[in-house]
Amino acid sequence: MTPILETRKLNKSFGAVTAAKDLNVKIGKGEIVGVIGANGAGKTTFINMVTGYLPPTSGEILMDGRPILGLAPRAITRSGLARSFQVAQLFPELTVLDNLVIALAAAESPHPSFLKPLHTKARVAKAEEILGEFKVGAYRDARVTAVPQGSRKLIDIAMAMIGNPKMLLLDEPTSGVSVDEKGDLMDTVMAAVHHHGLTVLFVEHDMDVVRRYVSRILAFYSGEIIADGPPDAVLADARVRELVTGHSDHKGAEQKGADHKSAEHAAAQQGSSVA
Amino acid sequence: MRLDKTELALVGLAVVLMLAGTLAAPGWLIFLITVALAKALVVQGVVMQMKAGLVSFGQGLFYCVGGYAVGMGGQFLGLNAGLVLLALGVIAAVVLAMVLGLLLTRYREIFFAMLSLAFSMILYGVLVKSQELGSTDGFNVKAWTLLGRTIEGGEQATHTVFILTVLTAATVAFILHRFYRSAMGMTCEAIRENEVRVEFLGLSPRWINYANYVAAAAVSALGGGLTALATGHVDPDMAYWTTSGEFVFIALLGGTGSVFAPFLAAIVFALVRTYAIEFLPNAWQMILGFTLLGIVVFLPKGLWSLFTRRAVAPVPSSSPTNARTGGVRA
Repeated sequence: MTPILETRKLNKSFGAVTAAKDLNVKIGKGEIVGVIGANGAGKTTFINMVTGYLPPTSGEILMDGRPILGLAPRAITRSGLARSFQVAQLFPELTVLDNLVIALAAAESPHPSFLKPLHTKARVAKAEEILGEFKVGAYRDARVTAVPQGSRKLIDIAMAMIGNPKMLLLDEPTSGVSVDEKGDLMDTVMAAVHHHGLTVLFVEHDMDVVRRYVSRILAFYSGEIIADGPPDAVLADARVRELVTGHSDHKGAEQKGADHKSAEHAAAQQGSSVA
Repeated sequence: MRLDKTELALVGLAVVLMLAGTLAAPGWLIFLITVALAKALVVQGVVMQMKAGLVSFGQGLFYCVGGYAVGMGGQFLGLNAGLVLLALGVIAAVVLAMVLGLLLTRYREIFFAMLSLAFSMILYGVLVKSQELGSTDGFNVKAWTLLGRTIEGGEQATHTVFILTVLTAATVAFILHRFYRSAMGMTCEAIRENEVRVEFLGLSPRWINYANYVAAAAVSALGGGLTALATGHVDPDMAYWTTSGEFVFIALLGGTGSVFAPFLAAIVFALVRTYAIEFLPNAWQMILGFTLLGIVVFLPKGLWSLFTRRAVAPVPSSSPTNARTGGVRA
């Protein structure tokens, strides 16, 4: 069966720093894949390349067997690959309802109407339904700036899901959210994911969250995938324990991980403000 | 077609203005309001772009194109129908904007502002070197007709242009009001707020800005054409940077809160300037400066904010995330 997402020998360098090295990934329909790795391991760079935000240095990216390399992010989104962000990307001075309704209109057509009202009854009703599904209905008429961080994350993910994507990439959905709230947030997101039958790849640092929700883990280290498989197997892998989850006290590994923070920094310098 | 409160107010205000202008107002005031409303149309073009996060310091370009198209249509093409001349200005501006927009919409912030200014000054430079177009003096607009009636100047011309301007301004404001509530209008605001998110919703911020830029050029050209008909004269100063600066000044004065705001601000600006020149001929610019200073300090959202208070829903105390701590890890 053709994988929904496939990358072949995907590489990315920022000058002398290699942020991604020969990444070969195949994600099948319905999989829930967790991506783990220390800061600077290349996780966000991978998502940025796949979604067209960052051009790879070399390699191939296929969506449903069709190459998507070189397409603009909007074209990749329309092809069915949606994403959320580490820092929720919303329209801060607009209301939560406005955010959702704009996303709904965008999903309907890439050419917004000049004169037909944005807030139709059907769009508002659909937006309210989505807000309810993501348990943020209480903020319907609040400006995004007045909404708590965790709820912003949920709204960001809800907006990504509005176009009925085939696959969803979530970049650290629980970052910036308190430990107590992570479970509720992920339960809400995964309920929606299962309800819509989506394929999901999400980056996460919290191993409890990863273990609880995913069927497969990709472990990144220094821009490479060092382990790929079921959660128990990957988390028990000696290299993953040593280099990613930190259950080993090898100083050399820690130093190497620190070196690769510079890759993340270099990515940020190249305009990766959403990383 | 159902009309909302703003649309009904627009229709009502247009009727009141036309009646007052025809029955009671003195000629000088009618002329002042005519030119102010015409300039407000150019300001509407500035505001359209401000809503998308772009400030045009060169909207005088399309004001000038609209004005010169009216003048040149009569002078060189033998056209004399007022509505045709206005349409000619709009078409010329749209064609020019479609070309310039390809470059300009690649830029943001100060780069967009300065590039738009640069194109406006290029047109100014071309016009002051054109002997056939009267160089720095410009030239007079020939007599024109409206629905078969010849308009040659005097009180009749003043009233006719006034009515034409009020009707045009009300129509444009009506359309813009609908535009701002449309998917396109709201997406422009979304671009101002977060271009990355718009892109990842599957839309092209650049092409939306392009369409908005061209539409703003058309609206501004109408203002230039009406000014040419009202004053009976066009000159290169219409494209000069101080003219474009005046449009930005008026946009800031009014704010972007309503389609009424540019009209209100343009009339206030015209009155302040007229009376400042009347009573303080050597310090009128200073009066305008203090006016803008006062607006920026006390009404940062412009004069229109005096009439509106945006209702923002209170944030509920309980939610799926911890509202008290904002859900942010301590």
